[in-house]
Order: sequence, then C-alpha cells, then structure tokens
Amino acid sequence: MNVAVPSQLRDYTGGRALVEARGATLAELLADLDRRFPGIRFRMIDEQDAIRRHIKIFVNQEQARDLGAGLTADDEVTIVGALSGG
Amino acid sequence: MRKTSKKARSQTPRSASGPVTLLVGTRKGAFFIKSDRARRSWALSGPHFLGHIVNHIVLDPRDRRTLLCAARAGHLGPTVFRSTDFGKTWKEAQQPPAFPKAAPGEKGLSVDHVFWLAPGHASEPNLWYAGSSPPGLFRSKDGGVTWEGVAGFNANPMRSPWIGGEQEQGPPDGATLHSVNIDPRDARHLYIGISAGGVFESTDAGASWRPLNGGCAADFLPVKDPEYGHDVHCMRLHPLAPDRIYQQNHCGIYRIDRPGERWDRIGNAMPKQVGDIGFPMVLHPRDPDTLWVFPMDGGTVWPRVSPGGRPASYVSRDGGRSWKRQDKGLPPKQGWFTVKRQAMCADARDPVGVYFGATSGEVWVSASEGERWTCIARHLPEIYSVEAAGT
Repeated sequence: MNVAVPSQLRDYTGGRALVEARGATLAELLADLDRRFPGIRFRMIDEQDAIRRHIKIFVNQEQARDLGAGLTADDEVTIVGALSGG
Repeated sequence: MRKTSKKARSQTPRSASGPVTLLVGTRKGAFFIKSDRARRSWALSGPHFLGHIVNHIVLDPRDRRTLLCAARAGHLGPTVFRSTDFGKTWKEAQQPPAFPKAAPGEKGLSVDHVFWLAPGHASEPNLWYAGSSPPGLFRSKDGGVTWEGVAGFNANPMRSPWIGGEQEQGPPDGATLHSVNIDPRDARHLYIGISAGGVFESTDAGASWRPLNGGCAADFLPVKDPEYGHDVHCMRLHPLAPDRIYQQNHCGIYRIDRPGERWDRIGNAMPKQVGDIGFPMVLHPRDPDTLWVFPMDGGTVWPRVSPGGRPASYVSRDGGRSWKRQDKGLPPKQGWFTVKRQAMCADARDPVGVYFGATSGEVWVSASEGERWTCIARHLPEIYSVEAAGT
C-alpha cells in the first residue's frame, strides 16, 4: 500500500514522499518500512511501541492511536509531523 | 584540603600546539568553528543536522577523527549520529540508546533525548557512554553503532528513588543523566551526575552504584543532608589527579578529594554578591588546582542569567580557595545570557584556551586562560554545548 512520508522523514526514503510498504497491521507495516528504510521506525515509534508525541499516523482519514490498527491492501497510510512553536 | 601531589604533576602531558575546532551543539543544529594555529582567526562552518536539537557533539580522543552527535528533531525521536572522518560524512546509529520494552501491563521508559556523550577509557577503544533524559545510562562497544542500556543503573531498584520518581522534575527539558567520568587508572571506576538525583559511583563498570553526596547541599529538599536527590549541574574529574573531582551544583561549587566521602563547598570563597550558582565546570588540562566556572543568578525566581547582567567567568588557581573575576571583553552591562552545563570547555594548548557558547547564540573565546574574551560567532541558535577538539 502507499505510505505518505512527511518531510521530516525523507532523509530515510531518499527524498521520496510516497513509498510502498506491506502489512496486515500498522505494526507490520512499520516493521516493513524499517526493513526498507533502516532507522525510520524509531524516529516515529518509541521503545514502548508508542507513537511519538509529535507524529500522527492516519489510515485513510482516521488517526491511528496504536500499532494494532488493521490494514488492507488498498488502504492509504499518511504519516504527519505535527508540531508548532519555535 | 590537600594539594595535588608532585607525582601527579610530574605526569603532566605536553601541551597541544595545533589548531582548535570548536564543536558547537545548538537547538537547531551543529556548527564547527576552526581556528588558525595562533587561535586568532576562526572560521565557522555548518550547519550539520539543521533543525535538529543537538545536545552534545564529541570527538573521540583515542583516534582524533571519530565524532558522535546526540540529536533529535522536534517531531522525531532521539538518535546518535557518527562520523569517522571528522564530520565530512555521518551515519546514524543502527541501534540508538533505548530502554527495554516493558512487560505487558507495565509502564516502560522511553528515551526523550540523549543528553551527554562520553568516550570510554583509553584501554577500551570503541567504548562510549551516553546519558539520557529521563535519566538512563547507555553503553556502546562498537564506537557508537549500537547501544545497550547499563542495567546496573537503568534497572536498579533504587533508580526511581534516586531520581525522585518518574515525575517530570528537574531541568526544564527533563531530568537527565550526565557528567559521565571514568577514572583513567581503572576503566571499571565510574562517576555519574544526575540532575536531579546526585553523584553516583560504580567500581564495577556500572554493575552497581552508590550515592556520593555527603556534604552537598540540597536546600530544595525538605530533608537535611539527604543521601541522594541533589542537583548536580556539571561534574569533572581531573585526568591527572583522578581523586580530585569538582562539581558545579544547583546549590554551590564543590570539590572532593577521594577517598574522602564529603564534598567541600569551595564556592563559599566566591564573592557573595555573585554567589556560586551556575551550570558549567571547566578544568585546566594540566593543573588540577585550576578551574573555571560561569556564575548565574540563582536568586528569587532563579532567572538563570548572568548576575546583574554583567557576565564573567571566575577562575581559581588554588583548588577553590580563592577566585578571580574574568570579564575583560565581555559586556560590561545588560548582558543577560546563560551558559549551559555543556557549553563551556578548555583546550589543551599553553596558555589554555577557554571557550563558551551562550544561550543568545554567541561563541566567546579566550586564548589567555580567561584573561580576555573575544566573541567569534554571533546569531547562532541557542547554544547547548561547546567542545574543543585539537586537530
């Protein structure tokens, strides 16, 4: 499925804003992303498997709150960097 | 207090003679500032990791070309970058410092940022230590590529009491483990500082720890003379006199001479109108009796700026018995910056170069051991750390 990658993480994807990854859950998708782009997962997900405070992950239009969210092949996943201030 | 032994002084290494590169970590990236041989002309380069919060960037003194950089971005989690060519190219750690995953139903710890980097003992070429916020100690045995927690501290049942629980206490950016000092005579003998928590010592390479805070004030705690809970701002062990340790604490400037167990408040000899509160502690590389501090205002609501808006370093050349103000070249008034705990350092030249970075984004140098200060860079982001690397 397509995964939209925010500018903050494109150092890992060679500058690509849209990448392909596979998984039946968000956890599996992120593991696959990390195989393809080593190191990208830990910048988004902490060691307790929590989505970091200033990262939001949407499956289609719905914000995922944890990594257990189920996915199907035609879902679109959007990763957003969400932080304001100086 | 004891004077440094003649034996220790006889081991004094020769001073360095080459150019100096300042490794500057800021809230928005890292910068290098390289001198000529005379340390009169300085050239700024960078930024590296623009937009990243760079807490510390450190040269490995064992190979003089490997750099580690502790960084995170506002949106992204913490990591460590590594360069083996003095900053020309960088690679991210394959396994950055991280706490273990908690058992189901239990709350685990998560590294917010890597705060402090320390090269290991000279006999352990690829070993590094890292301190984090929340307080955690990590070790790499492969030059910073992969990191593992030091379980003797991180999983110690006393860790939580030592740091006052997991509440968000301590510095504005979170409680932190820093000031990792290694005894040059014994790679297994370690000291760490925690803000807040205190000084802790290990004699078995981090497998076990004990508090070492006797004599230190912790006047923000209700307990008089507690065993731990103190707020260490910066602690330095002298490499030529490893039983001599200096500490800039939240409550004053201290010195201990091991195997002594109590710290002496050498800051009592500072001028009363300036006080002995500050963040950094800088040692002379060849004279264990010479040290520099940079006082800040710790009165009323703790402004944490230069007292009276008149910034100055203070030097002691007698192990803290007396202090001399050093303000030539610095703003004589209306100078309200702060110098953070990692943002002041010394080089290995003769005379020693002393350096600091200010929260206002200026880098100041003194090639005369603090007698005269010159500003060599302005308009940088808020400066978090400055390390002097001889090349």
